Amino acid sequence: MTLIQKGSGLGQWSAERKAEATGQKVATMRVWRGDATGGRFEEFQVPYEDGEVVLDILHRIQATQASDLAVRWNCKAGKCGSCSAEVNGKPRLTCMTRMSIFESGDPITVNPLRTFPVIKDLVTDVSFNYEVAAKIRPLKPVAPAGDDGHHRMFQEDVNRGQEFRKCIECFLCQNVCHVIRDHEENKQHFAGPRFFIRMAELDMHPLDTEPNRAERAQDDFGLGYCNITKCCTDVCPEHIHITDNGIIPMKERAMSAKYDPIPWIIRKIRRR
Amino acid sequence: MIDHETHTYDVVVIGAGGAGMRAAIEASGNGAKTALVCKSLLGKAHTVMAEGGIAAAMGNVYPQDNWKVHFRDTMRGGKFLNNWRMAQLHAQEAPERVWELEDWGALFDRTADGKISQRDFGGHRYARLAHVGDRSGLEMIRTLQQHAVGEGQIDVFMECTLVELLLDDSGAVCGAFGYWRPTGDFISFACKAVVMATGGIGRAWKVTSNSWEYSGDGHAMALRAGAELIDMEFIQFHPTGMVWPPSIRGALVTESVRGDGGILTNKFGDRFMFNYVPDLFRKETAETEEEADLWYKDHSAARRTPDLLPRDEVARAINAEVKAGRGSPHGGVYLDVSSRLSADVIKRRLPSMYHQFLELADVDITKEPMEIAPTCHYTMGGIRVDAETEATTIPGLFACGESAGGMHGANRLGGNSLSDLLVFGKRAGEHAAQYAAGKAGAPTIPETQVTDATREVLAPFERVDGENPYTVLNDMQEMLHNLVGIIRIEAELKEALERFVELKERAGKVRVIGTRAYNPGWNTAIDLRNMLMVAEGCTKAALARRESRGGHTREDFPVTDPEFAKINHAVRYENGEVTITPTPLPQMPDDLRQIVEENPE
Repeated sequence: MTLIQKGSGLGQWSAERKAEATGQKVATMRVWRGDATGGRFEEFQVPYEDGEVVLDILHRIQATQASDLAVRWNCKAGKCGSCSAEVNGKPRLTCMTRMSIFESGDPITVNPLRTFPVIKDLVTDVSFNYEVAAKIRPLKPVAPAGDDGHHRMFQEDVNRGQEFRKCIECFLCQNVCHVIRDHEENKQHFAGPRFFIRMAELDMHPLDTEPNRAERAQDDFGLGYCNITKCCTDVCPEHIHITDNGIIPMKERAMSAKYDPIPWIIRKIRRR
Repeated sequence: MIDHETHTYDVVVIGAGGAGMRAAIEASGNGAKTALVCKSLLGKAHTVMAEGGIAAAMGNVYPQDNWKVHFRDTMRGGKFLNNWRMAQLHAQEAPERVWELEDWGALFDRTADGKISQRDFGGHRYARLAHVGDRSGLEMIRTLQQHAVGEGQIDVFMECTLVELLLDDSGAVCGAFGYWRPTGDFISFACKAVVMATGGIGRAWKVTSNSWEYSGDGHAMALRAGAELIDMEFIQFHPTGMVWPPSIRGALVTESVRGDGGILTNKFGDRFMFNYVPDLFRKETAETEEEADLWYKDHSAARRTPDLLPRDEVARAINAEVKAGRGSPHGGVYLDVSSRLSADVIKRRLPSMYHQFLELADVDITKEPMEIAPTCHYTMGGIRVDAETEATTIPGLFACGESAGGMHGANRLGGNSLSDLLVFGKRAGEHAAQYAAGKAGAPTIPETQVTDATREVLAPFERVDGENPYTVLNDMQEMLHNLVGIIRIEAELKEALERFVELKERAGKVRVIGTRAYNPGWNTAIDLRNMLMVAEGCTKAALARRESRGGHTREDFPVTDPEFAKINHAVRYENGEVTITPTPLPQMPDDLRQIVEENPE
C-alpha cells in the first residue's frame, strides 16, 4: 500500500501513474525557482509526448503543478525571442528545444539566463539591453534618390543589413558574452553583440548619413572589449554571423578610421 | 485608498504592436505627452509573428495597381461588410505609411530597379505586399520600435497589464488602471485620452496562431466602459496552420508559400481548390492548372490561381476536404512548394518556414510537402470607431489595429493587417493628441473605481479553495473550438451559451497560489474574465447572423443573405449582460460602389 500525504509529491505520483497507463513518457524537470533574494532547483515529473518542446513542458507544469511558475513566452515558434533560458547549461529558446534531443530518463535542468538579474524563476531583468538600445542614434536618412520622391536601394546592398535585422532580440548572445557574463562592472562600458550588429547594420545602411558609427562603437560602446571568441555566434538561433560579418568588419573600419591619416586630416579641417 | 503609483499623461496607448507603436509615435510627434504600455517586453507583440508583408498599392511590380484596385479587393474580400470609408482611407494611405518606414530604417526586399519589392497574396489582384522574406512583421515592429526609442520622447511601460479604464463624471475616459507584471504592484494613469491597440481574442480558441497576450483585454475594457464592438461573429481561421507535432498545432504557415507558388493538394494529390471557387470570384479565377501556373509567371496572360482565393474560402475548402476523408494523416491537407520552386529560392524567400518545419516537425519543405489545417488567427470585429479619427463611442477613447472593428468587414485579406496597423495607428495617435490638446484641466484618478478594480483582481488570492485558472482556460478553449469554430450551427451556438454560464461561474471562483510577483496563474485568472466576456459576444453575434458570410459560416444557413449585408451586430455590455443589437451599415457613395462592382476583365 502506498500512503499519499498532502505535500509528499502527490502531483508527481499521479503524473507518473497516468503516464504509465497511457504509455506516455515522463520527464524529470529540474526548474530553478526563486527571486532576487535566492532560490533553488525544484523537481517536477511531467508527462510529455513526441514532438514537444521544453516550453510545452514548462506550460504543463503551470497548468497542473505550479500555476505561479514564471516564464516569458509569446510566439512559440522561434520568432519573438521571449522564452530564452539555459537548458542543461546551454542558452536556448525553450520553444525551439525539442524534448527528443535529451536522453530519455535523464533530468533536464532549466535555469534563467545568468547574465541578467533574476526577477522570478526563469524570468530575468533584461532592461540593460533596452537601455543600450536607447543610446544608439537612429537612422539619419539621405534625401530620396528616385524621381518619384522615394529611395532606391539594391538587393545586394541590403543583404548584409537584412542578415543583422533577422535578430529576434532573444539576448542569448548577450547572455554568453563573457565580457558581461562574469563582469557586471563592464555593462556600463559595453553594448554587447546584439547591439554591435545593430551598429554594424546602421554603419552599412545604404541610406544612413550619421557619421563615425564604427568609431563610436569603439569609443562609446566598448567594441574593443570583444576578443572574438564567437560564443555569441554559436548560440544565435537565427544563425547570424555576428562576429564574422558584423563585429570584425566594424573593428577594421574603426581602426582604419582612427589610424588612416587621410580621414584624420579631413576631420581636423572640418572641426575648424 | 489602495496603494498604487500614479502617472499623468496626455495620451496613454495600450498595446505596443504595430498599431500601438505607430499611434504612440504620432501622438508624441503631435506634442502629446505619451505613454506606451504593454504586457510583454517591447518588440515581442503579435506583429512580430506576421510573415507575409504589408499590403500597399505602390505599383512597384505592377504599375497598373492603384488604391482603387486595392479598395475593391478589400471590399470584395470582406464580403461588402467593411466600413467603406476605412477601406478607402486604408487603400489610399498605405503606400505613404510603407515608404515612411524606409526613412525609419526598414530594409525591405528590392525589385531589380531598386524599389520595394511586392509579392502576391490571397485576394489581392496584383502583387502588392512589401516584405522581407517571410519575416515582414519582425521588420515592421523593429523599425517602429527603433524609431520610437530613437526619438526619445515616449515613455514605455513594459510588462505592465492594464485591466480597467477609468471614467470621469461625464463618462469620458480619464485614465486606466492595472499592475506591473514583475512585481504585481498596482499602477494607474491619469490621462486625457487612451488609444486601445490591444490586438485580438484568439487565445480563447484551442488551435490558434495567437499567443497568451491575445485575451481581448481592449475589447473587454471598452465594453465595460460602455463602448460598442461590431462584427464580433467574424473570426478568421487562417487556412494554413501547422498540424504536427501536436504541441505546435496552430502555428502559422505564411500565405506567402502560396503567394510564391505553393499549391494545396489532398491525399490523392488533387489540387482541390479548383472545386471550391465561389461565384463572386469565378470570373477572375483560373479554371485549369495550366492557366493557374501561367498566372504565376504573367498576371496579364491568365487568371489567378484558386489557391489564392481569400482566406475564408480556402479555410472552408480545407475543412470540407478533411471532413470528406481526403485529408492527410494528421487531419490536414498538403501544402507543397518543394515541387514548385528550387531549394535555393525556397530558403531565400521562405527562410523562417524552412527553419520552423525543419526544427520543429522534421520536415524539409524543399523536399516534401507540409501538412496544414486552419488555425484561429484574427479577429475581424472590434471596437466601433469613426473612420477618420478612430474615436470610439466613448469620449477620449480611441482604438486602432486588430482591436478596432470595421476595416475588414466579414473577412480580412492577408497583408491588410500590417497596413491597417500603420494607417489607423497613425490616425488614432494624431486624433488622440488633438483631442487631448483641446481638453482643459488636469485629469484626476477616480479613487473609488481604482478600489473596485483592485478588489476584483485580488479576489483569486483570497479564496482557500478553487480551480487552477489554467483548467478553466483549457476548458473554454476546447469549448470554443468545438462549438464556435469554422462551421457553426444553431444548436451548438446555444450549447456554447449555456457553457458560458458555467465557465463564468468557475472563472469567478478560481484560486491562485504564490505572490503577485510575476505570477502567470494570477495573470491568467484576470485575463479569463476578458476572454469569456468577449467570446460570449462573438457567440451571440454568431447566433444572430442567420447567414454565411466571410469568416462566419452557418451550416444551417449556408447562403449569403442580402438583408444581412445591411447590418453590423453591435455588442454591448449592459446591466451585467453581453447584448447584441443590429445597427445599420454605412452605405457607400455611388462612385465607390462603381469601383467595387466594376469587372476588371
